[in-house]
Amino acid sequence: MSPYSDIVLALLALTNLIFLASSRLLACIRIVAVQGMLVGLLPLIAYPTSIGLHALCIAAGTILLKGVLFPWLLRKALRETHMRREVEPLVSYPASMFIGFLTLVVAFWISAQLPLPLPTASPLVVPLALSTILIGLFVVISRIKALSQVLGFLILENGIYAFGAALLLEQPLVVELGVLLDVFVAVFVMGIAIFHISREFDHIDTDALDQLADWTDPVSSE
Amino acid sequence: MILALILIPGLAGLVSFISRSSRVQYGLLLAAAIMHVGLTASAWFKLPAPIGQNWLFLDDVGLLFLSIISLLFLAAALYGVDYLRRIDHGHSRSREQGLIFRNTPQATLVASLLFFLAAMTLVTVSQHFGILWVAIEATTLTSAPMIYFHRNARSLEATWKYLLICSVGIALALMGNILLAVATLAPNGESAPLFITQIGQLAAQEHLHLPWLKAAFLFLLVGYGTKMGLAPLHTWLPDAHSEAPALVSALLSGALLNCAFLGLLRIHQVCVVAGLGVFSGDLLIFFGLLSLLFAAVFILGQTDYKRLLAYSSVEHMGLLALGVGLGGRAVFGSMLHALNHSLTKAMLFFVAGNILGYYRTRIAADVQGVLRVMPLSGALWIAGLLAITGFPPFGLFISEFIIFKEALDQGRYLIAAIGLSLLGLIFVSMSAIILRMAQGSPAAGVQIQRRPESLLAVGPPALFCLLTIVLGLYIPQRLEELLTRIAVFLGGADGCGAFHKQWGERPHTPSARSGSRRVSPMGDRRDQNGRSVSSPVRPASRRWRHPAAGRVGP
Repeated sequence: MSPYSDIVLALLALTNLIFLASSRLLACIRIVAVQGMLVGLLPLIAYPTSIGLHALCIAAGTILLKGVLFPWLLRKALRETHMRREVEPLVSYPASMFIGFLTLVVAFWISAQLPLPLPTASPLVVPLALSTILIGLFVVISRIKALSQVLGFLILENGIYAFGAALLLEQPLVVELGVLLDVFVAVFVMGIAIFHISREFDHIDTDALDQLADWTDPVSSE
Repeated sequence: MILALILIPGLAGLVSFISRSSRVQYGLLLAAAIMHVGLTASAWFKLPAPIGQNWLFLDDVGLLFLSIISLLFLAAALYGVDYLRRIDHGHSRSREQGLIFRNTPQATLVASLLFFLAAMTLVTVSQHFGILWVAIEATTLTSAPMIYFHRNARSLEATWKYLLICSVGIALALMGNILLAVATLAPNGESAPLFITQIGQLAAQEHLHLPWLKAAFLFLLVGYGTKMGLAPLHTWLPDAHSEAPALVSALLSGALLNCAFLGLLRIHQVCVVAGLGVFSGDLLIFFGLLSLLFAAVFILGQTDYKRLLAYSSVEHMGLLALGVGLGGRAVFGSMLHALNHSLTKAMLFFVAGNILGYYRTRIAADVQGVLRVMPLSGALWIAGLLAITGFPPFGLFISEFIIFKEALDQGRYLIAAIGLSLLGLIFVSMSAIILRMAQGSPAAGVQIQRRPESLLAVGPPALFCLLTIVLGLYIPQRLEELLTRIAVFLGGADGCGAFHKQWGERPHTPSARSGSRRVSPMGDRRDQNGRSVSSPVRPASRRWRHPAAGRVGP
């Protein structure tokens, strides 16, 4: 594994923290796009000797999807739904940053418990990928806007992808393409859902989605 | 033939998406459903040829789940054509919301249904963890538009929750797959492809890194458990099931949850062979009991009868997990339970759709006198209540009996006691709600139906009711053999012996491990020659044909 891969991994962690501190949705979309390109490049940078057609195809597909197509789709959603451009998190920015650091600590602790059976891999792979996954989960639950939740989902995906790519766990092409296709359709369907939410409620804050619950009489809650 | 099973619904879905005539769409839906059932039935006589070497083939577990899906889909298609035609007549007003039901062009629903069938079929035949993941995620994406069928704020909320929670869950399952690949890493840094049989062989030869396999199981459990509706990850389930149209709820509950369960079975199987059966089994038991607890709490005092049915699905998914976790004969019970639950729950959702169509409310308290207004649906509603709460002679009684008998045989009294008392609680609260709906006289303003209920609205649930009674009294020879083979394959019955016949010999004796599988949480170790270990799965039908002989309160 080439030493440059550590730089990519460190950049990955950095983009997470910048994301947590950004207050503009547009900036957040850009950061996730950069992150998508980083994880797409990761296998090529980490293993420059083993670049084949398979690896090139997957890297190109990933960069195109995560770095170009998703940001375009999400920016379109942002423009056409006329939503407010602030992130409006449930947890304040400094607290989010702090939680971001905490996930790093937790991820390093977990990876110390699970020694990689692959001696050549960088020791940063597991903790940084794991912390990206945790931050993705955190963003999904701590942001109100539907668009931010999609971004959280993408960060989670990026973390998972980085983990697999950094260890060069190559799966057959069919499987990898299937995974990419599924993620694409997922984001596409979520994008459509965002349009519908904005049309139905005039905004995309998911805290308005609270009608379905137990122990409340839907008639009286009208 | 496997390709035909997937491509027929897929292509029919494409055509119906493009076509504008609703007659063409309904025709395609029915034709695809009938052909699918036909092909599935032929698979019972001759297993279809595999595709690739290990990519797609139908094994025993796959065949059972494929049959459930196929049967349910045909019933849902028959019911659905009638249902869609009924609500097609102009706009109807929902009493509880005052929102007009603006129905989407039926094209979207019919196309999604067919794509959904193709995706679920792919789940049952995939023999590669990656393809399995792709297929399970595809079921989420194809079913989301169906939940948004009514196009109002509430169904939108349900769809968003479903999409986001399940996508995040499934993403964690992807992480589980990657961890599984790490577990296969050889010293030279090569990872094995994730074919299920190949992973099984590696596990049997002790070539897997066990800590990583454990981590993989945890992630897959959370991922597929979310999709399956195991508590506390079930939160999307009641919303999606209550907002979707009746035929979709029936399919989600009876077919989709089983698909996710199949994903869990595959990885549990690997854990059992690798000697981690106690680890994965105990986790399944824990989440199974937790699901029972959550279901009991939320069914108690539930006001919405479709949510009630949804929580009952959480309960039964918990029982499935519990049965597989216990191992031994409970695996047989669990498989039988999956079949029975699908039939019964689909029947209940169909009837709930009839009731909703008539009363226009999902509030249980506002529905009274179903028996008087709709005699057939009312009778089926009560029969469904008895069936779902495990009353003899319905099939769920037998399967629940087998699961809890195995728990008692293993000396796990605490598990059996918790499980049975929660089932009792669920029985009491469910019957209070459902019986109140069925009896009494309808509130003022509700007209007693003049014309008889349509055949397609009561036919499919009546058929399923009949089937589950039959399964409670007699299990056909072929089905029993299939279930026994599955139980043996999944590490039930005679421990892991069958695995090694199929997946290569393991250096250590399997009996030592099958004994250690049975360590109960209370610490007493069951004798490895105990009956549940060594004796083959006893044909349930022969032993429990007379419910009076072994009555256990449901």
